[in-house]
Amino acid sequence: MSIHQHLPALQVVVPMLIAPLVILMRGRGLAWAMATATSVMAFIIAVSLTNAVVEAGSVSYAMGSWQAPYGIELRVTAFSALLLLIVTAASTITLLFGKQSIDSQIEQHRQPMFYAAWLLALAGLVGIVVAGDAFNIFVFMEVSSLASYILIAAGPNRQAMPSVFKYLVMGTIGATFYLIGVGLIYMMTGTLNLADMEVRLQEVHDLKPIVVAAGFITVGLALKAAVFPLHVWLPNSYTYAPHMVTAFFAACATKVSLFVLLRFEFLVFQPNLVDYAGQFTAFLIPLAVIGILFASGVALFETHLKRLLAYSSVAQVGYILLGASMATAAGLTAGIMHMFNHALAKGALFLAIACLATQVSNLRLNKLGGIARKMPWTMAAFVVGGLSLVGIPGTAGFISKWLLISAVLEKGTLGIFLVVAVLASSLMAVVYFWRIVEVAYFGDAPADGLTDGLTEGLTEQPVLQEAPKWMLFGTWFVALANIYYGLNPSLPLLLSSQAASNLLGQLP
Amino acid sequence: MSGDWQILAALLVPLIGAIGVALVGSKRPNLRETVTFITAAVLLVVVWTLLPGLLAGERPEITVTEILPGLSLKFQIEPLGMMFAALASLLWIVNSIYSVGYMRGNKEQHQTRFYVLFAVALSAVMGIAFAGNLLTLFIFYEILTLSTYPLVAHKGDAKTVASARIYLGILLATSIGLFLPAIIWTYMVTGTLDFVPGGILAGHLSGPAVGLLLVLFVFGIGKAALMPVHRWLPAAMVAPTPVSALLHAVAVVKAGVFTITKVIIYIFGVDLLAVEPSTDWLLYAAIFTVITASIIALRQTNLKRLLAYSTIAQLSYIVMAAAILTPMAETGASLHIVAHAFGKITLFFAAGSIYVASKKTEIGQLAGIGKRMPWTMAAFTIGALSMIGVPPTAGFVSKWYILGGAFQADSYIVIITLVLSTALNAAYFLPILYKAWFCDEDTALTNDHGNNHGESPTAMVVALTITAALTLLFMVLNQPVLDLESQLVGKI
Repeated sequence: MSIHQHLPALQVVVPMLIAPLVILMRGRGLAWAMATATSVMAFIIAVSLTNAVVEAGSVSYAMGSWQAPYGIELRVTAFSALLLLIVTAASTITLLFGKQSIDSQIEQHRQPMFYAAWLLALAGLVGIVVAGDAFNIFVFMEVSSLASYILIAAGPNRQAMPSVFKYLVMGTIGATFYLIGVGLIYMMTGTLNLADMEVRLQEVHDLKPIVVAAGFITVGLALKAAVFPLHVWLPNSYTYAPHMVTAFFAACATKVSLFVLLRFEFLVFQPNLVDYAGQFTAFLIPLAVIGILFASGVALFETHLKRLLAYSSVAQVGYILLGASMATAAGLTAGIMHMFNHALAKGALFLAIACLATQVSNLRLNKLGGIARKMPWTMAAFVVGGLSLVGIPGTAGFISKWLLISAVLEKGTLGIFLVVAVLASSLMAVVYFWRIVEVAYFGDAPADGLTDGLTEGLTEQPVLQEAPKWMLFGTWFVALANIYYGLNPSLPLLLSSQAASNLLGQLP
Repeated sequence: MSGDWQILAALLVPLIGAIGVALVGSKRPNLRETVTFITAAVLLVVVWTLLPGLLAGERPEITVTEILPGLSLKFQIEPLGMMFAALASLLWIVNSIYSVGYMRGNKEQHQTRFYVLFAVALSAVMGIAFAGNLLTLFIFYEILTLSTYPLVAHKGDAKTVASARIYLGILLATSIGLFLPAIIWTYMVTGTLDFVPGGILAGHLSGPAVGLLLVLFVFGIGKAALMPVHRWLPAAMVAPTPVSALLHAVAVVKAGVFTITKVIIYIFGVDLLAVEPSTDWLLYAAIFTVITASIIALRQTNLKRLLAYSTIAQLSYIVMAAAILTPMAETGASLHIVAHAFGKITLFFAAGSIYVASKKTEIGQLAGIGKRMPWTMAAFTIGALSMIGVPPTAGFVSKWYILGGAFQADSYIVIITLVLSTALNAAYFLPILYKAWFCDEDTALTNDHGNNHGESPTAMVVALTITAALTLLFMVLNQPVLDLESQLVGKI
């Protein structure tokens, strides 16, 4: 019983404390085993926390028994439970099935550091989700960001360096903006606890600083979440990161920032600022729509597989934001639901790409002609993930598309235009996704062989074969989850509708 | 009810067959084809044993899982779907016989993939036929699109892939861009997507909105090939002929008109459409397609493309008949689904047979071919006469009912259209028949061994003889369809 009470703390503490120990694991595969075991543990904790939330509504934990608002409060709601599941599942699956991919990209002696950074990133991300006060969110945000800079730069690709530098600069600006905002709120209310903040704001008469804080926090977090037009750090970071890191982050990283953003917007600002809901909607809808259309448009012409999917991620952030910016129960449910479903779809796609990358070094489209003939299982899983991304019925992506269109249709005339935008972007997704399918299934194999061999001297001709079985297994696991949650989405739907009503419950 | 499990069986049997075919693989082709036949036979038994219960008034249904609150993956059998499923399962066997002859005679690649996907497509067809609500139907509609894409792109060369892209692009774009919003709109207005006799929209929607919703539905259901969303069908002709025959003359296109008919009867309700002037356009759109597609067919030189445009015209017959909104016309629409299926699959079988035996694809090359391939061309003749609507073929019966429905509704424009299109049909089919039977072979076209051929492989001849016989028999043996329809029309 007692351990159950401490689960919210353990969720963060376990990966964080084991991270330094992992550095000491010099033996072959030991670091991986330890990191994976920790991640599995985090996942189990997340599952039991979800159970507790489904039963009790929300779980609150006072660090060191110091009660909020003076002590540090950890708080797990339906929304955070959903995010915890996404984050820990993404980390666990990528670690568990991705060993071969990581081994091939990270040198043996650097692996302990790599896995330590991974666990820190994991700890940071779950920390953001369970933290109940604004300052700890900042701390965990920095923890996860610093660790993720390391992870992204850890790959063999030197091009990762400039992109990670860009990410670092922009990420720091984002975090600083957030901190400025939090400072302003603290100045006016004297509290950092989110729940307390909301109550105390009602007594604040001069709301100007709060409005400024809202601006800083919104922009700062939007930067972290890669909301258009603040997304520029994302495509290259995802492209040059080690494949498993990309799969991990693409599934959950931006969503955690969106989670914080939504909590601030709906719990702190909207109940207290006059007309804020209207401004919020008017500000975010255009950004979401332009982001969706612009990023999908870029993806149409992108030729590098990973960058193409990264741009698609930017578009999907737009979907989530569009749902949330409706500021209605249906819209928020759709947006939050899409966090889950997009994690599934992108997870499957990036895992499939990691499988591809075990055989081909160049992931440009023109080098992948006919690859499906050599790697049928990998590409089939890729197709399933892609169908989910497009939103074909029977897959998880369809559920969120359905909810999103239903939600925006409630908005009347404006809704019709938004529906057109959503559908147009779906069709663009069909196009950019089908380009890959056509190349992979019907394209000609790239001309290698004699001429290349002569000019580049003796290069060994790798024989293309199917990816390692274990990785394929993991990829298919996620791909099939797309179908399972497309036919039976009751769990994520329950959590996200509860999350939506929690967020809206604070509104008058 | 015993019918409940049979619905699931109808869906699962082809899927299990697909797995079986994949497991056997290309090493043992005879065993592989046996698996296909057994699967098709089992499916036939499963589907056709449902028929008596349905005629007795049973409506078996089964709910599999709840996808969204209030929206389930649900199956229910009603007369129209029963007819569609019975038709598809019957023709699958015949088509499988034909496929064996065609694929082997033509030495096609990837035959295992072909049979696997064919079985998956049939499973999707069963799902469409037995769907208990619009969401379920939509799911299987999309599965059908996706599973037939590799069949269309079967050859895999650049031209084929480009055509397959058009196929997939149009079908996906219309279904995602128009059909899906129409479904969601319907759901938001009515709170349900169940198929209810008499429709669910009455009382929830009125005025021009009804017409707009109908636009979204009718053009969203691209498989019905109403102009201007018809271009995927000629594009799909790059597929091997068995695919064109069963899928693009029967299963896929009929899934389209079936869905439109279902939407008209069970979602809008005939009464609502009758009182809303904003929905009158459907009749004219169908008429336009009938005439235009026939005129385009006149100008075709490639046999399969001609058949494709003929299909487009004939599909719009069905939509037009359904849009007349009288009981007799609805019966005519259903009859025509069956009648056209028998006739058109025969025509495609014949076209494929000609191709396998002689590699001829153009109409201009067919002079005198009747003497070399008497069985094939006899079947082709029966099919062509059925398209024109001459007794004693299936096409006559359905045309009779559609005409009767048009008279009931005093819709002279439909009558004129029927007369005109009959003339056009005759104008593009009769010259082919004349050339095949009465002209001499053009020796100029003969290369070394080009014309030195006889009939195609026996399996193909058997298959096209069966369908030709069905085309003739349907003239007299149409009672089961009429019985089913009487139940349906009674409900309207």
